[in-house]
Amino acid sequence: MKITTELVDYISDLSRLRLPEEEKAAMAAELETIVTYMDTLNTLDTAGVEPMSHVFPLKNVLRPDQVVPSAPREELLGGAPERDEETFRVPKAVE
Amino acid sequence: MRELLELSALELGAAIQKGEASIAEATQAALDSMAEHEGSLNCFITQAGEEALARAAALQAGAKGAESPLYGVPMALKDNICTRGVRTTCASKILGDFAPPYSATAAERMAQAGALSLGKLNMDQFAMGSTTETSFFGPTRNPWDTARVPGGSSGGAAAAVAARACWFALGSDTGGSIRQPAAYCGVTGMKPTYGTVSRYGLIAYASSLDQIGPIARTAADCAAVLDAIQGRDPRDATSLDAPAGGLLSSLTGDIRGMKIGLPADCFGEGLDREVRAAVLSAADVLKARGAQVEEFAFPLMDYMVPTYYIIACAEASSNLSRFDGVKYGWRAQGYEDLTDLYCKTRTQGFGSEVKRRILLGTFVLSSGYYDAYYKKALQVKALIKGAFDQAFAKYDLLLTPVSPTTAPRLGESLTDPLKMYLSDIHTVPVNLAGLPALSMPCGFDSAGLPIGAQLIGPALGDGAVLNAAHAFQLETDWHKRSPYGKEAE
Repeated sequence: MKITTELVDYISDLSRLRLPEEEKAAMAAELETIVTYMDTLNTLDTAGVEPMSHVFPLKNVLRPDQVVPSAPREELLGGAPERDEETFRVPKAVE
Repeated sequence: MRELLELSALELGAAIQKGEASIAEATQAALDSMAEHEGSLNCFITQAGEEALARAAALQAGAKGAESPLYGVPMALKDNICTRGVRTTCASKILGDFAPPYSATAAERMAQAGALSLGKLNMDQFAMGSTTETSFFGPTRNPWDTARVPGGSSGGAAAAVAARACWFALGSDTGGSIRQPAAYCGVTGMKPTYGTVSRYGLIAYASSLDQIGPIARTAADCAAVLDAIQGRDPRDATSLDAPAGGLLSSLTGDIRGMKIGLPADCFGEGLDREVRAAVLSAADVLKARGAQVEEFAFPLMDYMVPTYYIIACAEASSNLSRFDGVKYGWRAQGYEDLTDLYCKTRTQGFGSEVKRRILLGTFVLSSGYYDAYYKKALQVKALIKGAFDQAFAKYDLLLTPVSPTTAPRLGESLTDPLKMYLSDIHTVPVNLAGLPALSMPCGFDSAGLPIGAQLIGPALGDGAVLNAAHAFQLETDWHKRSPYGKEAE
C-alpha cells in the first residue's frame, strides 16, 4: 500500500496533528513500511469469520442507579491550563 | 541493610511482621540503593522518599499481626497509574505536570494492603515502545549493562526491581510491557487474565489489551501482589466477576502430571541461539519436576504482530483524543483558534512514536481502509483466540521465549520502528487472547544479560501459571541473581 504525503496530511487532520513540512516525507515512508507489513494479513482467508472485539462475552454490565456526589469542581478545574471561576477557558469556538 | 535488599517481598513482609526489620529500616535501605544507582539508571520520574518515610513511621504500629503479607513492603508504580495529588506523567510532555484528582483502583488496593510507594517509574511515553527510550524524561538503563535498554514499556519498573530500589512494582502490559522488561532485567513479571485487575485509573493505551500486573523478584511475590489487586471493580465495566484472592496460598510447587506445550513455531527462525537453549533447558527443569512437555504446531505466528499493531493503534488513536490542552495537562502557546489550540498542543505535546501510532490508528479506522485493516485484524484475532482454545484443550500451559533476543543497546531500536514492533512477537498473542502469562528468569547469555521464559495459561488460569513458575524457582536460582551480586559478596 502506497502512503503519500497527501494521505499523511489527511490522517493528520483527522488526528488533530500538524506535522512540520520536513517530517512528512519520512513519516509517509515509515507508515508505508509498517502498513505494507500489515498487509501480510491478506494472505490469511478470513471469509465468514466474525470480527471479535472482546475475548470475553461481557455485555450490558449494569449496576443499581445510585446517586453519589461527583468530584468537587475546584479539584477538577485545578488541573486546567486556563480557567475562570467555574469553567475551562478556550478560544471562542462559535461566532 | 544490604541483606534486607536481597530478600523477596514476602520474606521482607515476614521479617517486618516478626519485628526482625522495621518498615523505616527497609524503606531507608531502598532509598539508599536508589540514591546509589538512580544517577546511572534513571528508573524514577517522581521520587517520594520523604512521603515514604512518613508513611513507614505511620504503618509501623500495625505491623504485628498485619493481615497482608506485603504490609510495610516498599514498592513503586509505573507512571501511567494515577495517584491522587502525585503527578502522573505517562512519561510525556503533555501530562508533564498532571496531578490526578483520583487514584487508580490497583494503587488504592495496594495501599489498603499496607504497601508503601517510593515513587513513580519511568516508561515509554504513553506505554508505546519496547525500550523505555521514548520517555520524555530520558531513557532508563539496564542495571546489568548500562549501555543496554531495560526493555519496555515498564522499563523503569523492571530496572528498579532488579536494582534493588524497591521490592516490587506495578506495571502495565498491553503487548508485553511487563513481561519483556522483566526478561531483559532478570526479574519476574506477570500479566494476569484480562479483566481480573481493574483498569480504573490506568491511563489508557489500548483498552481491550491493557492490564495492570506485578513485577517482582519471585512468582510467589507476584501471587501476593495479585491477591491484593485482583477482583471486580464497579468502576471498570470490563472487570470480570471472577473469584479473587488465594493465589499465594495455592502455590504448592507440585506440577506432577501437568501438561506443558511448546509451540514449535515460537522456536524457529529469528530466535537467538542462546535464548532458545535457555528456554529449552527451563522446559527440562519443569520436566524434572514431573510435568509432561511436548512440542506442537502453532501456525498463526506470522499474523500476531500485524494484528496487534492494527488493534492497539486503532484504540490508541481514539483513547488519546482526550488530550487536547483544555481540561488538564499542558497547553501550547500562540494559538489562533480552538482547532489551532488542539493541533499545536498535540503536535508539540506528544513524542514521535506516539504520533506515529495515532496516525496509524487513524489510518486503519478511516473510511475506505477500515474493512481492509481494522475489521480484518478483528477477524484474525478471532482465529488467534481459536488457536489458543485448541492448544488449551490439549495442554495446561504453554512455554515460549519472552523476546527473540536479550536486551539491545540503547539507540539500536528507535531507528527502525518496524524492527522494534517485530521483537514483540512472543508477547502480543497473549494480550490479543486476554490470557495470563508470566516471564521468569531462566539463564544468561554469553554477554551476561538475563534471558526470560514465558509461561502462558488459559483464561483465569493465573494460579496454574504462578504454580509452574514457583516450581521452577524452587529448583533454580536465576531469579536470585543480582546485577550487583559481585559487589555485595
